[in-house]
Amino acid sequence: MTVQQSLRLSHADAQVIDAPVDFEQALATQARRPAEQKSRGLSLTIRGLRKSFGSNEVLRGVDLHIPAGQFVAIVGQSGCGKSTLLRLIAGLDAPTVGTISFGEETRAEDIRVMFQEPRLLPWASVLSNVEVGLGTDRTSADAKARAESALTEVGLAEKRDQWPSVLSGGQKQRVALARALVSHPRVLALDEPLGALDALTRISMQQLLGRVWHDQTFTSILVTHDVSEAVALADRVLVIEDGRIAHDINVDIARPRQRGSADLAALEGSILRNLLGPGADATGL
Amino acid sequence: MSIVEILPRVRSFRLPRIDGLTQWIVPLVILLVWQAACVTGYVPARVMPAPTDVALAGWKLLVSGELAQNIWVSFWRASVGFLIGGSIGFAFGLANGLSQLSSKLTDTTLQMVRNVPHLALIPLVILWFGIDESAKLFLVALGVFFPIYLNTLHGIRTVDPQLIEMGRIYGMRNSELFRRVIFPGALPSIFVGVRFALGIMWLTLIVAETIAASSGLGYMAMQAREFMQIDVVVLSILIYALLGKVADSASRALERLTLSWHPAFQKH
Repeated sequence: MTVQQSLRLSHADAQVIDAPVDFEQALATQARRPAEQKSRGLSLTIRGLRKSFGSNEVLRGVDLHIPAGQFVAIVGQSGCGKSTLLRLIAGLDAPTVGTISFGEETRAEDIRVMFQEPRLLPWASVLSNVEVGLGTDRTSADAKARAESALTEVGLAEKRDQWPSVLSGGQKQRVALARALVSHPRVLALDEPLGALDALTRISMQQLLGRVWHDQTFTSILVTHDVSEAVALADRVLVIEDGRIAHDINVDIARPRQRGSADLAALEGSILRNLLGPGADATGL
Repeated sequence: MSIVEILPRVRSFRLPRIDGLTQWIVPLVILLVWQAACVTGYVPARVMPAPTDVALAGWKLLVSGELAQNIWVSFWRASVGFLIGGSIGFAFGLANGLSQLSSKLTDTTLQMVRNVPHLALIPLVILWFGIDESAKLFLVALGVFFPIYLNTLHGIRTVDPQLIEMGRIYGMRNSELFRRVIFPGALPSIFVGVRFALGIMWLTLIVAETIAASSGLGYMAMQAREFMQIDVVVLSILIYALLGKVADSASRALERLTLSWHPAFQKH
């Protein structure tokens, strides 16, 4: 690394520290993580993974290694098994055959999941919903303070005493993100977390996700049906077809990434062609 | 300032006051029409006494202490019967909602018993208990049991499974899962059961007291019938209506208190 590069990086890091919720700037701080920066994330190795529901084999042999701190997006047509893969990684279901191992010994708090639905308790305040995320530390003395700082992280500190029912869809999902992050997980599994949001809210949530991933250096696995979301956020895109990893694509585009830039669009087009067959990304007009 | 800007403030200022009064307009009008009909002689006094006569009868009974005594007896029977039947129903609802085994063992039996009108048991209950207190308590408890049982069971079974999965992911043990997810989720349905049960509670008590009792409001009404005191008969009916309203208001207040998170109970 040249001196100039490292100077630029330290400048970028300085921006990270005082990064406000301003999304323009948040996007600008999504600089590529310097190689020597130690990631808190866990690495993940999957060997010969299969999963059947009755006679229906959903995953037919997945082998995969994810280095610590990588942001991996998993795309594929509906029913291809991508959500099943994520549920197995998150430990919500047990594999039929095969193993999933993390680089180190893990606690339950190290791996967190976020779903398409926020799954907030409607009868608990926003703050106590975030406290739920502390797992067995829920009863500790600093639980409230930790929940508050997680809420501040997602920009919702002033909503702490509200009921979830008064929040908008995007705000609910941000509370769910705070709940997932409050225990400082080392792996975050995201199952189409932005799928139910409108386009503009989705973009600002993507920026928020990118920022917290950059700041907290966890390993991130995002299942999505939105290829542009995948290439905007991920280091690597996996395309799943018929229960197998059909393509493993490195997203070698420098951060910060410019939404709508030519190289992102080109990559998105080629992934879509992989997914749907040649000519499938044409609009049909 | 435009009218649109003024409107919301005017509404929020007026609504609570009007709300409190509007619900009493219809009962008040009925009372006035009734009084007018009696005073003009349109309705003969032996068919229906005037509200003022009923009030007078009430005053006399109040002074003699008889009224308070009878209301107290009925209220005691209602609440003790409700507590017994309600707790058993709640316990069965919990057990059958949470445990497959318990549900398989008891649900079919309970559903069969449910289809027997509990008032049909009155002859049997009199043979068992005589016209003792326990006869009334038994009938009220039996009547109250089913709405509470069914709605508790329904409430627990319909708690969002995604929330339960969420609770498990975040490391909640069974007791915490119940306290933080299942019970609050079932609460709205449990309250529906409570309000049904309150209605059944009064119905059962009236019937039981008019048939077999030596005290209480129902007994007071039957006694008055013997002596052709129609004003006391009407008084008892009105007191039943009032007590029913009080019980319903109490359960609504409890609902508002515990379900303040629910969109249906939030102030707009």
